[in-house]
Amino acid sequence: MDDRPTLDRLAPHRAARIAHVAWDDIPSDDAKRLRALGIDEGAEVAVVHRGMFGGRDPLAVRLGRMTIALRRSHAAAIAIAEFEAESAAS
Amino acid sequence: MFRAALVGNPNAGKSALFNKLTGARQKIANYPGVTVERKAGRMTLPNGEPVELIDLPGAYSFDAASPDEEVTRAVVHGEFAGEATPDVIILVLDAANLEQHLTFAQEVIALGRPTVVALNMIDLAARDGLTLDPDALSEALGVPVVPTVAVRSRGLDELGEAVTAVRSGRAPEEGRTTPHLFHLSLPERRLAAKHMARGAILSRSKRAVVESSLDKVLLNPWAGPIILFAFLFIVFQAVFAWATPFADALEAGVGAVSAAVTGNVPEGFFRDFLTEGLFAGVGAVVVFLPQIVILFAFILAMEMSGYMARAAFIMDRMMASVGLSGRSFIPLLSSFACAIPGIMATRSIADTKDRLTTILIAPLMTCSARLPVYAVVIAAVIPNTTVGGGVGLQGLVLFALYIAGILGAMAAALVLRRTVTKGAASGFIMEMPRYQMPLLKDMAIGLWQRAWVFLRRAGTIIFAATIALWLLLTFPKADPGESQVDASIAGQIGNGMAVLVEPIGFNRDIALSLIPAMAAREVAVSSLGTIYAVEAEDEDVVADAVTDRIAATWTLPTALAFLAWFVFAPQCLSTIAVAKRETNGWKWPVFMLVYLFGAAYVFAGLTYWLAVWLGL
Ligand SMILES: Nc1nc2c(ncn2[C@@H]2O[C@H](COP(=O)(O)OP(=O)(O)O)[C@@H](O)[C@H]2O)c(=O)[nH]1
Ligand SMILES: [Mg+2]
Repeated sequence: MDDRPTLDRLAPHRAARIAHVAWDDIPSDDAKRLRALGIDEGAEVAVVHRGMFGGRDPLAVRLGRMTIALRRSHAAAIAIAEFEAESAAS
Repeated sequence: MFRAALVGNPNAGKSALFNKLTGARQKIANYPGVTVERKAGRMTLPNGEPVELIDLPGAYSFDAASPDEEVTRAVVHGEFAGEATPDVIILVLDAANLEQHLTFAQEVIALGRPTVVALNMIDLAARDGLTLDPDALSEALGVPVVPTVAVRSRGLDELGEAVTAVRSGRAPEEGRTTPHLFHLSLPERRLAAKHMARGAILSRSKRAVVESSLDKVLLNPWAGPIILFAFLFIVFQAVFAWATPFADALEAGVGAVSAAVTGNVPEGFFRDFLTEGLFAGVGAVVVFLPQIVILFAFILAMEMSGYMARAAFIMDRMMASVGLSGRSFIPLLSSFACAIPGIMATRSIADTKDRLTTILIAPLMTCSARLPVYAVVIAAVIPNTTVGGGVGLQGLVLFALYIAGILGAMAAALVLRRTVTKGAASGFIMEMPRYQMPLLKDMAIGLWQRAWVFLRRAGTIIFAATIALWLLLTFPKADPGESQVDASIAGQIGNGMAVLVEPIGFNRDIALSLIPAMAAREVAVSSLGTIYAVEAEDEDVVADAVTDRIAATWTLPTALAFLAWFVFAPQCLSTIAVAKRETNGWKWPVFMLVYLFGAAYVFAGLTYWLAVWLGL
């Protein structure tokens, strides 16, 4: 795995934009579902909650007015770019 | 009669609208994936015209990712076997989440069929501080838009009028279906949705605060699991503690009626049938109605509030560790009520191996039919005392049995995923629904339905199985001095069966009750009631409740083994039938029977011998 920032490593409550999704790393039905929910390039997301066990899986991601739960393994296929302003502020 | 179909994203309120428009009682709950089948009903438009209304599973797109979504796609495209294309589409949108819902909406409108939009949940949008402009949305989409609040029956007449209008081609927007909606790619649709949503929002005063503040606590990595666990704990305490007065009253009622009958009906076959079969047998199950109602009050509250989806979030890691997919959640959680809807709900799982695993372990979730079985044995052998800080011991044991079922399911999944249903588990992807205060009226209706289902079961399958057993227990008549049970056909079968189950600590009465209980688990209770009543034929039947007889004649290890047996045993004909239907054959239901009975035997035996060894 390269060290481009991915959604699974995004700090809580930090806004980010999805830069790229490695769709090939996600089973096709799940990919369809994620896409249909709006998890796609260009979407603005923030991780709002995480589970406790096993590497803090799963994640609850805020997207627009929705909260979507997904597993880390999927989030790891989603490359993100953090907002400059947000990163500077924290 | 023309036909209209309800289409939209999951959890938009389609089934709620369907119920209000047709007077049906389809299941509605606050999480996605509740409706998995097409359901038809009849509604009457404000002008008196009848319409066949079709409720469909929710879909995020016509590019179906699961079998239930495929049903929606097929029906809407007129490809569903034996069904014509619907004449009118009622597109249901969640007003508080337009950006998301408008993406699929464009796909639906692009079909070019007469369409009406129900802009539903405007009350929730208002809670989130959104004021919407239906006309602007109508302008953008090119179809009539009617604001509705399905659960409060608001906007239904207007919706009906709009349906009439588009049907007869009198809609102002008629023939103006916006051509730009055709042939858009998904990203383009999403962008358009964003613009349309913005255009439709007149003002926004605050952000959705309810979700974030509640989730901060309920999904907190530490507090969340503790709260869930504590909540479940309270549920099982309540099932025993709150039900007692009602259950006692009901038991006294059954006893009084039975005594009255004994006094007024001449001695003989018919009286025995009433007292031994009906009152001692079926009556022994009916008295658990209060427990069932309390259990369902909690289940319904979880489903309606949106907490069920949070429970799924908290438990997901555990599921993942045994190779279960996140999509198994809703089916498994539904199985706490009954495995049948649980197994049907697996239609939302696309992967066949995933789905099969879920079907195979669903009967391990403690369904409400086990409650009478557990409760009667617990009441008989576990003292009604408290341990440390007012925690009821009986409730604690019940809680432990539920946990045992969950652990059993996890273990089974672990093994199945490495053997017969090997394969990669799909992920957990779920839209978290907004929190809602359960409406008292909906709760009452839901509880009434569950109570009715329970009583109907008592009056049909439980009654039939118990009476069959009673007949077999009554003939042939015993000679004087001989025990009636031993002399009867059933008793001889039971004595034969007893050899098989003696190694796991079961007695003849248990062996005998387990056979008719193949029909349904509660029959174990009614059968024991009947067996003990026949045994006590010469004595006062009514005074000897099942609980007292169990307390008097079973040892503690036997009782515990019996409980362990029912954690696993797949004693339910309907579950087997539905498993056969959903897996298209006998192979998997037979497998399910073999592995679950095997597990029941082994664990009942282990429990028995461990208890004996511990000197209990
Ligand atoms: N506040 C509010 N809740 C609604 C409305 N319509 C439906 N609901 C609730 O939203 C949830 C999902 O409804 P359901 O009919 O099952 O959605 P479906 O998946 O589209 O069939 C349920 O908890 C309903 O009680 C509405 O207009 N306002
Ligand atoms: Mg529905």
